[in-house]
Amino acid sequence: MAAVTETLDTVRDLTQSGYKWGFETDIEMDLAPLGLNEDIIRLISARKGEPDWLLEWRLKAYAAWLKMEEPAWAKLSHPPIDYQALHYYAAPKKKPGPKSLDEVDPELLRTYEKLGIPLKERAILAGVEPDPDRPPMAVDAVFDSVSVATTFRETLAKAGVIFCPISDAVREHPELVRQYLGSVVPAGDNYFAALNSAVFTDGSFVFVPKGVRCPMELSTYFRINARNTGQFERTLLIAEEGASVSYLEGCTAPQRDENQLHAAVVELVAMDDAKIKYSTVQNWYPGDADGRGGIYNFVTKRGACRGARSHISWTQVETGSAITWKYPSCILLGEASVGEFYSVAVTNNHQQADAGTKMIHIGANTRSTIVSKGISAGHSNNSYRGLVKIMPRAAGARNHTQCDSLLIGESCGAHTVPYIESRNPSARVEHEATTSKISEDQLFYCRSRGMSEEESVGMIVNGFCREVLKELPMEFAVEAQKLLAVSLEGSVG
Amino acid sequence: MSAPTGGSAAAHSFLSRFEGLKSRLPGAAAPREAAAASFAAAGLPGRGLEAWKYTSLQPMADASFHEPFSLLAPCEELLALVPPPALALDAPRLVFRDGRLRADLSNPPDFFSSFSTAPELDADPRPLVALNTMLAEDGAVLDLPAGVDGGTLLLIHLASDLHGQPTAAHPRHIIRLGTGARLDLVEICVGTGCYLHNPVFRISLAANAALSHVRLQDESTAGFHLASIDVSAGAGALYDGFTFNAGSRLGRAETIATLAGPGARIHLDAAQLLRGRQHGDITTIIRHAAPHGASRQGVRHVLDGHARGVFAGRIEVARGAQKTDGYQMNQALLLSPDAEIDCKPELEIFADDVKCSHGATVGELDADQLFYLRARGVPAATARLMLIRAFLDDAIEGLEDPAVRATLAHVVDQRWSEPAL
Repeated sequence: MAAVTETLDTVRDLTQSGYKWGFETDIEMDLAPLGLNEDIIRLISARKGEPDWLLEWRLKAYAAWLKMEEPAWAKLSHPPIDYQALHYYAAPKKKPGPKSLDEVDPELLRTYEKLGIPLKERAILAGVEPDPDRPPMAVDAVFDSVSVATTFRETLAKAGVIFCPISDAVREHPELVRQYLGSVVPAGDNYFAALNSAVFTDGSFVFVPKGVRCPMELSTYFRINARNTGQFERTLLIAEEGASVSYLEGCTAPQRDENQLHAAVVELVAMDDAKIKYSTVQNWYPGDADGRGGIYNFVTKRGACRGARSHISWTQVETGSAITWKYPSCILLGEASVGEFYSVAVTNNHQQADAGTKMIHIGANTRSTIVSKGISAGHSNNSYRGLVKIMPRAAGARNHTQCDSLLIGESCGAHTVPYIESRNPSARVEHEATTSKISEDQLFYCRSRGMSEEESVGMIVNGFCREVLKELPMEFAVEAQKLLAVSLEGSVG
Repeated sequence: MSAPTGGSAAAHSFLSRFEGLKSRLPGAAAPREAAAASFAAAGLPGRGLEAWKYTSLQPMADASFHEPFSLLAPCEELLALVPPPALALDAPRLVFRDGRLRADLSNPPDFFSSFSTAPELDADPRPLVALNTMLAEDGAVLDLPAGVDGGTLLLIHLASDLHGQPTAAHPRHIIRLGTGARLDLVEICVGTGCYLHNPVFRISLAANAALSHVRLQDESTAGFHLASIDVSAGAGALYDGFTFNAGSRLGRAETIATLAGPGARIHLDAAQLLRGRQHGDITTIIRHAAPHGASRQGVRHVLDGHARGVFAGRIEVARGAQKTDGYQMNQALLLSPDAEIDCKPELEIFADDVKCSHGATVGELDADQLFYLRARGVPAATARLMLIRAFLDDAIEGLEDPAVRATLAHVVDQRWSEPAL
């Protein structure tokens, strides 16, 4: 009975692996003192050798943040966050920004190897390790507060694409950073965006010039490692007229009993006919089965479709974090611009997610699609919160929203909070939402064909999410499917 | 009690009225004092509250509302505003003028008693309910014993301003149906000039009782209608609610319906036809607190001119309310570039073995359908009206009583033929 043995092995693999990214890297760190004040911000800015205008921008954001209150409208509950108990800067002790991979601390390289992230540009290029399943991909690896390596920078530069840590971009392309930073998510946009603007340490910068199709997938891999730190990365991605780029971010953190804060900001700008595809596989440490530990993930992501026929697509698979608060949005300003949001959010144990999207239709004939799949298991709560807003000038705008929730077990919650506001009669907005559980019939069908209950649930869930998973770059779709299975383990039976 | 506050001129006028009236209000003083303190502290609900995100009471905040003086006032003109098919109903009738029963115009059924004889007040902190608790003078108390079929009952509310001054009425209606009892309640609100009609309904249905509650809100387009309706349905009971909003400058009906017993059913259908600068808000919360409950909700808006339609509907499924079946559909037709629709269909679910869905669509009249009619020689204005009527008819046609359907159809024609404000 080979099949049965295999099934048993699979289940054992799944149940024993748990959160397999939960290890800690022992590496010497350069830490800022605990707490947040103007001096800390000056210290961050000085460490990064930033120009005065950026320091001023940070200080202004900090002043705005001090006057703001933490938002309380989301369906989330957590003990108050002590913003003074964090290190706002943590970097591996080595001069930041090594010139080549050879200079990267081997301990770090091993970390990324363990995470399955290819920082081995030359090996792949030289054909030493031909791997047809992994086409070349440029990676920016962010470890706590700094970027430790960015691969394929030269190859990309030849195509005219700038892909580098944002701190390098501040030095090397200050005019671009200054023009676009904060232009989509202003420094005082909301509580967590203001905090990020004040203390952001690193992140990726991507600039794809006019008419260029980025020759490979770009990817950033975020890793929180140090204790008592927060990670505040900032990503800025600009696609000029006719440019196109696909970008993927992934993230993990060690397994700890304490909660750690992650407050990122992502800004996308798409000009005429530009296309940006932004995919996220979010796998921060979710806490243990009793809800101890895990990352608090408060993220502001927003894309501006400034040009006519520009196109921004958000795809995300969210399985990690103790708390997720994120609403990737599209501001559809350009005529006939297109916004898309495809999301799978899984919560298990005591995880909480309040996530969704905003589609702001400003220009005529703008279109948006929202497909959100929420899966709740254990004692978790999973909310979809979304806004579709049609402004008076958005004649002929179209939106279609599909939100489905799946409940596994009787102790979880699934919520849907869509806001629909239309001020143009020629706009058409459609919204559908359903909530259900895995039907007995589907389970029985799978079980009667010899599948274990866990496998059956995994398969049904993958089917439920298929519409979203098919939007991911292929190799990540496979990874995301495995991630779904791991996230849901222990939720049945 | 300290000096009346409440923030706005309107709130101040309500609190002053309470101070002057309180010794004459029926029933115990304590719940009214408590409500007054709560209203004074909260004032009129503002947009800072999530439940009032899309509806601002600013248009009434600066008005000073006076006591209506209407016990003997003539009502013929106001009664003439009630659609003829409703007046022709062969049914007992309760006529209220400015929140007080007019015995001379009513022929009450035997299960009726007046709220003023034995007021039942509760401690509901919602500002508009507190306002009602503070000032309620009269209302219909309908107590149907087990097994009684109450037939059809017409509840008419007439209101007007007083020599050009705004007035306010806060009737409190209490409806209790015993096990297996039935009642078809047809409620019609009409009026002239500027006034506030702030009714509160407390409805409880025992096991297997059935209440059909049709509300026609056809208030004066200078008036304000703010209704708070609470429903509790026991095991196997049915609350079949239908609201039609055609009147008032600013109208809001907030319904909180609880499926308290297993197998209860709640229908909260609604339609609104708004023109000019009318604002209509339909806010509902359906609470599935027991298993095997079913709720159905279909809401349709037709918005012309600068009208603004609001729908906020939440379905809550409590832990343990397994086998719940909830369905909600919200559809809006925008007929003018200045009209606006805001909707928020919300699901909050804590039980896994449930089937809940909602849908929402927003758009204009279907160009293909218009073309079809035009191609057959139907003039544009007629074609539009036909399609609007058809859109609203889909909501109305589920009503059983042909006289009620005729009443609503009459209002649609009447409102559509009037020049908009």
